[in-house]
Amino acid sequence: MANDVRSFIDHAPAAALGRGTVRAVLTRFARRPAALLGLLIVALFLAIALLAPYISPYDANEADFFSARQGPSDAHLLGTDELGRDVLSRLLHGSRISLRIGLIAVAIGVGAGVPLGLVAGYYGRGVDNVIMRLVDIMLSFPSILLAIGLVAILGPGLNNAIIAVGVVAIPVYIRLVRASVLGIKEMEFVAAARAAGASDARIMLVHVLPQCISPILVQSSLQIASAILSAAGLGFLGLGAPADVPEWGTMLANGRQYVFSAPHLTMFPGLAIMLVVMGFNLLGDGLRDALDPRMRGR
Amino acid sequence: MLPYIARRLLYAIPTLIGVTFVVFISVRLIPGDPAVAIAGERATPQLIEQVRQELGLDEPLLTQYGRFLVRLVQGDLGTSLRTRLPVAPEVWRRLGQTLLLASASLLLASAVGMFLGIVSATRPYSLWDNAGMVVALLGVSTPVFWLGLMLILFFSVELPKTLGLSQPIFPPTGSGTWRHLVMPAVTLAAYSTGIIARMTRSAMLDVVGHDYIRTARAKGLSERVITYRHALRNALVPVITVQGLQFGTLLGGAVLTESVFAWPGLGRYLVDAIFLRDYPVVQAAILVIAIGFILINLIVDLLYGLVDPRIRYG
Repeated sequence: MANDVRSFIDHAPAAALGRGTVRAVLTRFARRPAALLGLLIVALFLAIALLAPYISPYDANEADFFSARQGPSDAHLLGTDELGRDVLSRLLHGSRISLRIGLIAVAIGVGAGVPLGLVAGYYGRGVDNVIMRLVDIMLSFPSILLAIGLVAILGPGLNNAIIAVGVVAIPVYIRLVRASVLGIKEMEFVAAARAAGASDARIMLVHVLPQCISPILVQSSLQIASAILSAAGLGFLGLGAPADVPEWGTMLANGRQYVFSAPHLTMFPGLAIMLVVMGFNLLGDGLRDALDPRMRGR
Repeated sequence: MLPYIARRLLYAIPTLIGVTFVVFISVRLIPGDPAVAIAGERATPQLIEQVRQELGLDEPLLTQYGRFLVRLVQGDLGTSLRTRLPVAPEVWRRLGQTLLLASASLLLASAVGMFLGIVSATRPYSLWDNAGMVVALLGVSTPVFWLGLMLILFFSVELPKTLGLSQPIFPPTGSGTWRHLVMPAVTLAAYSTGIIARMTRSAMLDVVGHDYIRTARAKGLSERVITYRHALRNALVPVITVQGLQFGTLLGGAVLTESVFAWPGLGRYLVDAIFLRDYPVVQAAILVIAIGFILINLIVDLLYGLVDPRIRYG
């Protein structure tokens, strides 16, 4: 009997993400043209990032001083930079860096934020108080300022910029997961799991966490957009990737001094950042509308 | 209202103490000997010793923090390692410039954002709604530093050239006149405009479903009165929250905007100081912006009480 109860409880939360639900979510998602556009942009971005070495017309780091700062032409579709390197090839390679920034930053945010949010929401009281006061302190710094401050301590560089952007995401996930857990832990299946003798860790991981997946998924899409934007900002300030790395923000910073004579050096990296950030924003909005029908049209 | 204000002020104190502690401790977390890191690798032993004494690094951490707080309350933000001058006067002067920029941007973002949000919400799923939300999406997706450069390119180079003008329409860098403020303020406002537009739309759509709106309509009130007096007023609480949060974001975003337009604000001062490893300046700039952010949130909380009396007594 106990086993039956446990088996029922183990499957109860999973039902929320069951096959029928997934199909309904996909249908709702597919009905929104903006969400599909976001998915298309993100898919294209992922494909480019994966295939960059194969589809780049030139070596991204090969300098050709005789053809420096040329505008778009047949030979160089998006022109060449101050060292005569092909801008298109550098942008294509830069997509790999942006993808890395987005994924690692979100991994840091989720990796630290989700467990802390679970613990804060589940245990409440003192633990919750301590964690949430820390969150309050972190959120007292405007996010880009917090990232700049962290880079000031860690030292400029791409990896440190990624860490900084990831750390900035942690309090966002803590708040999000905690808020979800506060509602979920009062539900009957959690009480049933407890009655069946499940440990706190098991209840949190097997019963509560799966219920928080939707908001985490939505936030992660939006957070990738935000991470790419922030890291590009750090790159633009010279606090991110070194000048020879084709990170989009750094490329923009390099091209800045030629903004009047060779505007394509700033225009294209900026457009690339905007497009990808827009893609992840649209995808995130679409996922939120699809996963939570109450939020539709908001 | 007074007990509410007192309660909010009390809540802000632990956060303020926490923020000062984090900023204080972070300079001491710099890998290696902080005194060497602060004075620079090539500093003479005398300078390193001087920095160590100035920071009181030989004393217990809590004593150091206590002194730091006492000096802070007295308005002493330390001495710049580069200029050997007190940081505070420079910080206050630059803070004024940053606040001017951020306030102008917030006004602009609020006016445009709320307008877009109201237009979208009153005609949901129409062409107007879609257009408004596309503008909002562009606002939240465009890198501010790029937008700034593109505005410079357009208003200071291309458009004057096309119109045959000898002067740029708006000066690309510097400060001093309203014309200098236009492009930085527009640049900085773009992101917040998008956020405020989306929040206004969402809050308005939330409100228009309520019974009292139906009642107002049944009474025969004009759509204009319903929108502005009944719906917007009740939708204001989340919108004000977002505006408050955006002011903090604007203070942070000013770092990037000020870099593009060489605006003599706190953000530019901070970034320059990072490159010069002038840590007392970095510490002071971050601290002042963070404290400003907390105070703004406090003001927003107090405004809630004014806008929505339910919160005051809750």
